[in-house]
Amino acid sequence: MPTYFEKKQLVTPGEMLAEGDYLAGKNTYAENSKIYASRIGLADCNNKQVNVVALRSFYFPKVGDVVIGTVLEVGFNGWTVDIKAPYTALLRASDVLSRPFKPQNDELSQVLIGGDLIVAKIASYDRAHDPQLTVGEPGLGKITRGQIIKVTPSKIPRVIGKKGSMISMIKKETNCQIILGLNGVILVTGKNPDNEELAIAAIQKIENESHTSGLTDRITQFLKEERGKTGGK
Amino acid sequence: MTSSSITRVKLKQIAEKIEKAKRLDGRGLNDYREIKIEQGVIEKAEGSARVLLGKTEVLVGTKVETGAPFPDTPNNGVLTVNAELVPLASPDFEPGPPDENSIELARIVDRGIRESEAIDTEKLCIEPGKRVFVVFVDVYVLNHDGNLIDASALAAVAALMNTKMPNYEVKDDELIIKQGYTPLPIKSHPITVTLGKIKDKLIVDPWLEEEQAIDARLTMAFNNEGNICAIQKGCPGYFTQQQIIEGMKLAQKKAAELRKKLKW
Amino acid sequence: MNEKPEKLINKKGIRLDGRKADELRPVKLEVGILPNADGSAYIEHGKNKILAAAFGPREMHPKHLSRPDRMVLRCRYHMAPFSVGERKSPAPSRREIELSKVIRESLEPSLFLEYYPRTGVDVFIEVLQADGGTRCASITAASLALADAGIPMRDLVVACAAGKVEDKVVLDLFDTEDKVGSADVPVAFMPNLNAVTLLQMDGQLTPDEFEKAVSMAIGGCRKIYELQKEALKTKYMLIEPEEEDEE
Repeated sequence: MPTYFEKKQLVTPGEMLAEGDYLAGKNTYAENSKIYASRIGLADCNNKQVNVVALRSFYFPKVGDVVIGTVLEVGFNGWTVDIKAPYTALLRASDVLSRPFKPQNDELSQVLIGGDLIVAKIASYDRAHDPQLTVGEPGLGKITRGQIIKVTPSKIPRVIGKKGSMISMIKKETNCQIILGLNGVILVTGKNPDNEELAIAAIQKIENESHTSGLTDRITQFLKEERGKTGGK
Repeated sequence: MTSSSITRVKLKQIAEKIEKAKRLDGRGLNDYREIKIEQGVIEKAEGSARVLLGKTEVLVGTKVETGAPFPDTPNNGVLTVNAELVPLASPDFEPGPPDENSIELARIVDRGIRESEAIDTEKLCIEPGKRVFVVFVDVYVLNHDGNLIDASALAAVAALMNTKMPNYEVKDDELIIKQGYTPLPIKSHPITVTLGKIKDKLIVDPWLEEEQAIDARLTMAFNNEGNICAIQKGCPGYFTQQQIIEGMKLAQKKAAELRKKLKW
Repeated sequence: MNEKPEKLINKKGIRLDGRKADELRPVKLEVGILPNADGSAYIEHGKNKILAAAFGPREMHPKHLSRPDRMVLRCRYHMAPFSVGERKSPAPSRREIELSKVIRESLEPSLFLEYYPRTGVDVFIEVLQADGGTRCASITAASLALADAGIPMRDLVVACAAGKVEDKVVLDLFDTEDKVGSADVPVAFMPNLNAVTLLQMDGQLTPDEFEKAVSMAIGGCRKIYELQKEALKTKYMLIEPEEEDEE
């Protein structure tokens, strides 16, 4: 039984992709033994499973994901955090303090206040409850320096590249530390702002050209050229 | 329409019954509930009617006043329909300005009367471009047990048939109201039929619990000749093209039956 | 005010604006034109000029409007005061409130509302210029805005009207035909699922004329759907793929 697309073909929501003995994978759905696309993206078939790599999506929380969020408010026993998802996340005071929270002694606003950025992991989430965050692991916690850039979350895999090739290349070429939040927020920390801006420009280029091929080579060339312009700082 | 909570078990029961062409209240899929119409129930209104459709109860009162015509129709009287989902009619109705449900209800009733040209609005003209009669139709829902649209449309037409216009005379640019009344000039009697779709089956006159189980709703109004004069699809579901044509034929048949029964 | 023209269709069957009975007005669509919205689209359908924007899924405000088991879609159809001949008051009219409701109900069947409980999606539609058939053009644009926001959908929703002018069933009425003609039947349609999600009518039609109008309107929907897909793809096809990919 047939599929109705070429590999990597751009498809729109509602387009029928396959009929018969196929499974609905990412960004597709099945109805009356037909598979349809549910998002704009590139169609692909892998072992009878039809997928669409979305070119447009939003972040949806999943337990274990590392995200970068902005503290919104200090609450009575923790903080609310904007993680660029349909739900506001919660960070409990006890998680940050690593001990029970005592409202009479602990002043939460001295730890984190609205506008602070944090790297955190999704500790729990289900349909009925907002996601809860944890910062109790190495590499997580408050961000004190660097720059932030936002990309469509579905493009994070492209920024990482095959086996991390893209991201390690950018790190090497720009001398920056880069933390990728799976919610599409990326933290770039370098020795100077020029390096950070170069890394950001490269990531922006990936976002804009993510659905094209030969991207790693093009980004490498781009970084080399740009560094040439600024005198190889 | 919003409604108080209904259990999942009940929703399933309703759907299962309908799949077997039966309904929980014993009706066939194409049956209306019992209809009672009473005209002239409010003496101070120029016209009025009360309709019972099963337990759904709607009161319509009309008022006839004078006012200015619309600039694009200087020779025609004006029709204004308003609907109130009165809080005493359901735990889900709240006091306050009309919400989208009451506005939609009023506009569907309005469309049926207007598009069927039920009222001969040219006869409501007093002085072209200056003064005409304005007919206010106020729909008052007194008990909500589903299918407010058909009950309201029926009550509105019954009230219009019962409406009296004051006799008048224009003397030196002044309007003088004289003794006695003439009936409102009525040209057509639109009949409005609402269907629900559930499990790809169409049902006539869904009541409150069925309204919560249906995927989509289709309302059609028919004039005296059996032509369609207004349609409104409602609810967040869909119809296939085939279902629409099937629904249209069913609604047309039901409208003709109702018309005979009501002797309009 | 519009003067009533002598004839809406001449002897050769040509309409006032030069179209044949089953001919659409020119339709132009553009996706992703509002930077602050999660998704957006612009439509020119004849002289109609309409913007649509989608925001979300996001937390609902006020919170009590959210639903524990599904996402809530909210729609606001609004006409700019300068969009019509005589200034329209910017306060929402009863017509706009009704249209907001039926437009919402035409889009809801295309969304997987159960995917995102307790959230809301807002669709804002601004009619900048109206020339008959604004609800249909609004739906076509709003569905593109939802797709551009990356919200999973069963199908795109596309809308088009048919009606009756001078005893003839015609496609896609413009302002004068809408006002002077004898019936208007707006239809919204999900082309891949063969599902009608909006159907209204005013005027008078025989059952046969109605049947013809519905199928003509669906035909118009199918034509606009091709433009809709193209507009969506154009936004994401600005750079042509090169050689084999490395992923």
